[in-house]
Amino acid sequence: MTATTTTTAQQSPGNQQPGRVHTMTARVQHMARAQAMQIVLVWLGIVAVFTALAPGAFFDVANFRNIAISVSILAILGVGTTFIIVTGGIDLSMGSVLVFSGVVSSLVMQSIGDGQGWFVSTIGICVALFAGLAWGLLNGVLVAKAKVPPMIVTLGTFVAALGLAQVLTGGLDLRAAPEVLVDSVGFGDVLGVPSLVIISAAVVIIGIILLNRTRFGLHTSAVGSNAEACRRVGINVDRQLIKVYAFAGLLAGLAGLLNLAFFRSTTIAGHSLTNLDVIAGVVIGGTSLFGGVGSVFGTVIGLLIPATLRNGFVILGVEPYWQQVVVGAFLIGAVYVDQARRAAAARNTTRKTLFGQLFRRNSEHK
Amino acid sequence: MSTPLYEARGISRSFGSVQALQGADFDVRPGEVSALIGDNGAGKSTLVRILSGADKPDAGEILFKGEPISLETPTDARVRGIETVFQDLALANHLDPIQNMYLGRELPRSGVLGKLGFMDRAQMREVGQAAFADLGATVRDFESPVGGMSGGQRQAIAVARAAAWANEVIFFDEPTAALGVVQTKGVLDLIRRIRDKGIGVVLISHSMPHVLDVADRVHVLRHGRRATVMNTADTNVEELVGAMTGALDGKEAAA
Repeated sequence: MTATTTTTAQQSPGNQQPGRVHTMTARVQHMARAQAMQIVLVWLGIVAVFTALAPGAFFDVANFRNIAISVSILAILGVGTTFIIVTGGIDLSMGSVLVFSGVVSSLVMQSIGDGQGWFVSTIGICVALFAGLAWGLLNGVLVAKAKVPPMIVTLGTFVAALGLAQVLTGGLDLRAAPEVLVDSVGFGDVLGVPSLVIISAAVVIIGIILLNRTRFGLHTSAVGSNAEACRRVGINVDRQLIKVYAFAGLLAGLAGLLNLAFFRSTTIAGHSLTNLDVIAGVVIGGTSLFGGVGSVFGTVIGLLIPATLRNGFVILGVEPYWQQVVVGAFLIGAVYVDQARRAAAARNTTRKTLFGQLFRRNSEHK
Repeated sequence: MSTPLYEARGISRSFGSVQALQGADFDVRPGEVSALIGDNGAGKSTLVRILSGADKPDAGEILFKGEPISLETPTDARVRGIETVFQDLALANHLDPIQNMYLGRELPRSGVLGKLGFMDRAQMREVGQAAFADLGATVRDFESPVGGMSGGQRQAIAVARAAAWANEVIFFDEPTAALGVVQTKGVLDLIRRIRDKGIGVVLISHSMPHVLDVADRVHVLRHGRRATVMNTADTNVEELVGAMTGALDGKEAAA
């Protein structure tokens, strides 16, 4: 195959040394994962700083437990949102869908017998999941079939789901939840690990496997990467989008039930900014807003960072508002890194360090 | 002369008042490169879209191995082993070459895991790499997203993907338009290797030298009709340009 070999060598005038090709390959390979790892390092750095400043109070099992609980419901929403953003879409509705699912579930459980026991709880769980799924399907159909931009669709369902929840309750929070549900799911634990955290971790692991190992995950990335190419190879793009939005809705329904079990309240007014918190977490975690590539694990870390900052600032007595300032800066920084990565990919090179870029510019100007 | 593998007879297609095709004929035989040339607006793209199932004709017949067929979607063409390499390549930039090759045709794992949507990634990697190697497609990296690869590499991946699934006919829509000299040579070599497997290759190109270099026969499309078919060995650039522009009207070469 002389011709082939010649072609290879000539096709890549810059990369003739095999060694260099190999390291470049390795670098490109790990780039998506690298951003997730960078963000883990950032989180560990934050943990280290707070540990140094408040060793007793911060670096404590009970405190990490608090942080984990505060993230668990957001992480469940984050898994669904990661899938949606990987398709190139966005979901603003999840906070309201969460509230709506909790409200409907609470109303149904209240109306059955004395509203207690596992039978009632099971029905409540199913109702919450179904309510979330229904909103997700509506989002998906409007995005895929009616071709309304995802931001508008989910902004509409965000407002509408909250409105319906308020219609159903007259605007007053419901507090009806079976004791067994609150005791086992809301405040229960298994071997010292809170149930909420276990459920959340299970959803996250399923999300990671689904996105990276299954056809569903691959098609989610492919649709976000190049929908037209998917159509040409016979993938039903519309159906894939509907499935993804339905999946995210189902998870929002689950989050609604957990929220009800934990707070013993439907927290109607408490989720107006949840969507922004979750989207910020997804983006900080390295999922590209332009679709095609994302990391569920990164999302979890991206949600842990604001939660850890909030927790640490409270312990240190810093005004917790500063947390918002820092998270805002993180968000913009994460998108900057993503943009730089995309630009590097478009230029057909690996991402250069800032230092390397400066050096190169200098040498070119000479 | 062998019988045509894939044939279009009297294809017409209008878009509003524009008649893109007015009874166009075309055919490709197994193991030959059949080039399709014509000026802008001659109807090349429309004809290829119709023959790849992306569009439907208003009139005319499509025959596959002598049997009339009707193509509702690109999938109808693909299940018959008819593949197209589009000008925009239609690659998912965030996926790696193997994932692109198997996109929409992923191999499921056996048993329950397969039912759950798990893919046999080891098998796809192995067979996929063998398919690339088989064509001599020089893909250096099977693990990285194709979006970060050079134009020549991406072209090779798109060609190898189509070739891996096309066991009858493969269409190339302007495969060399965006490539440099060396990459172009690579793609033309790929086209020859695909032809040598006995597959019918259709090459749509603006580049006369490439057409004369690699094609066995040249179909010249003008004003939505096939103006002439020539054996590459018996013609030259001047004659082809003449047929394209109509300067040689009245002369009909036999196939």
